[in-house]
Amino acid sequence: MNTQRRIKAVKSRKLKVKTEVILDKTISEKIISEHTGRELKAGDIAIVNVDLVMSQDGTGPLAVSHVRRMGFDRIKNPEKSIFFIDHASPSPRKELSNSHIVLRDFAAQTGAIISDAGKGVCHQILAESYTCPGDIVLGGDSHTCTSGALGAFATGMGSTDIAVGYALASTWMMVPSTIKVNFKRRINKGVFAKDLIIYLIGKITSDGATYMALEFGGEVGSILSMDERFTISNMAVEAGAKTGIFPSDGITKEYLKSQGRENCFRELSADKGVKYEEVIDIDCSLIEPMVSQPHTVDNALPVRNLEKIMIDQVFIGTCTNGRLSDLKIAADILKGKKVAGGTRLIVVPASKDIYLEALRTGILETFMDSGAIVESPGCGPCVGIHQGILGDGEVCLSTQNRNFKGRMGNPNSFIYLCSPATAAWSAVRGYIADPREVLL
Amino acid sequence: MSETKKNSGILTGRSFKFGDDISTDLIAPGRLFHLRSNLPELAKHVLEDADPEFAGKVKPGDFVVGGRNFGLGSSREHAPLIMKMAGVGAVLAKSFARIFFRNSINVGLPVLICDTDKIDEGDILEIDLKKGTIDNKTKNLVLQFSPLPEVMIKILNDGGLVNHITKNKGFNL
Ligand code: SF4
Repeated sequence: MNTQRRIKAVKSRKLKVKTEVILDKTISEKIISEHTGRELKAGDIAIVNVDLVMSQDGTGPLAVSHVRRMGFDRIKNPEKSIFFIDHASPSPRKELSNSHIVLRDFAAQTGAIISDAGKGVCHQILAESYTCPGDIVLGGDSHTCTSGALGAFATGMGSTDIAVGYALASTWMMVPSTIKVNFKRRINKGVFAKDLIIYLIGKITSDGATYMALEFGGEVGSILSMDERFTISNMAVEAGAKTGIFPSDGITKEYLKSQGRENCFRELSADKGVKYEEVIDIDCSLIEPMVSQPHTVDNALPVRNLEKIMIDQVFIGTCTNGRLSDLKIAADILKGKKVAGGTRLIVVPASKDIYLEALRTGILETFMDSGAIVESPGCGPCVGIHQGILGDGEVCLSTQNRNFKGRMGNPNSFIYLCSPATAAWSAVRGYIADPREVLL
Repeated sequence: MSETKKNSGILTGRSFKFGDDISTDLIAPGRLFHLRSNLPELAKHVLEDADPEFAGKVKPGDFVVGGRNFGLGSSREHAPLIMKMAGVGAVLAKSFARIFFRNSINVGLPVLICDTDKIDEGDILEIDLKKGTIDNKTKNLVLQFSPLPEVMIKILNDGGLVNHITKNKGFNL
């Protein structure tokens, strides 16, 4: 790979100066190297120790059965092993209720953590309460890359790898090469983190970063809030990436402090001389409010260029855009207005803490006054299990991360993706509309 | 008409052709989430949202042939697992999404990267896993597929990651 070598004078403990070869590293190379005690670079394969392992109610039961098949009756790090009940919570069917019992029983037996129905979406809870900069996080869910916003190496895997992660607290991985994405210049009014990431995926396509890490930066990237960073890291996998990582900096530190976790902060960034596989510069001042059209995320277009698309359902929520600042942006637009007749608006806060804060600050009241349906924290209708399944031919505008055919429970429906601002304003209009009509 | 000679590393079967971007939502839809605890039942719906007839037509040993970025989306291992349970002998595509690729190896389903433009629906293929060749008998054409990383070959040879770990009491890669 393109990693540059440099010779650096290093002071040993006895203050004698000696020289050793130091590789300039990407953030991913740094984190993975630290976890093996070896100097690794992109392309190397290693067995690594992991800090956090999690799965959810769709992938957890199979992981539990694999752990048992491998003959383990204990898991290595129960206090760092988490099961989330969020995808079908509260359960809409007895089969799923039974799967939840499997997870609760296993957690009780092994001492693993259970994050039960009503607490919220796995990625949001990891961000609020568990992930620390520099961690390696394995998740039985493809959007585990969300935690990358905190400067962690967080990646999605299937139930078998997760089962091994629970059992041994380790995994094998190839150190990915890195694409550096510099978000440059400035963001225009009415444009949000979601528009940036949809724009990027439209540009590099749904497999533009397969097997690679995306590392985000640039003058806009470096001032994005944590909520905005989570939105961007969350969708790294929609370009095929293994993870989507931000350096951890002062903004990260403030966030951790607000969660009472300042003690796990550490600064982490790529070395200055590092050579990336590719560098992509994005001039954010050229980006407008964006949508992903059915049925792929990279089918991206500025809202302005769309014909008039009538919408049956609008969904604001998920691990992509169900955070407090997202709900606030939407509520500010909806204040004093009504959701259009013929359109239903569903709002799902990503976690219980967000729900409570939105309740206390009047955001939920604004939603309900406008005619919205507010549902309990969790994945909501995102993955087509319950709470907002689309009818034949129906069109949904959603703040989630994926618009694949059938995603929201019906292969004969159509999903468009957008920011919370576009979603809220479109709900008022009844068709997909540019939020700059109201925000400028 | 199809057969699988497992130990010889030779697979023979018919091709079922799909397009680009076959997501795990098309292979194992979220609307059937409740069937994840009943895999034989879920397998009856494999690839249903891409081709509603597929599950009824596929015979043991047949191949699923896709385009670019096969298996993108969710981390659900149920996707390659129910393909395997439905009898699919291997998946061939121009490229695979990362998690799907890894999951397939973990559950013991061969995934091969090759130029699938040279394969049409219904073509009879003979795949030699050891030599790395795909003999398209219908077209009288031999294709090569990219070799798997060493680590993955070891996992596949042990019959998947669960067996690998059970056998070695940990990683031995
Ligand atoms: S909110 Fe949607 S994308 Fe996020 S974890 Fe839940 S189902 Fe997956």
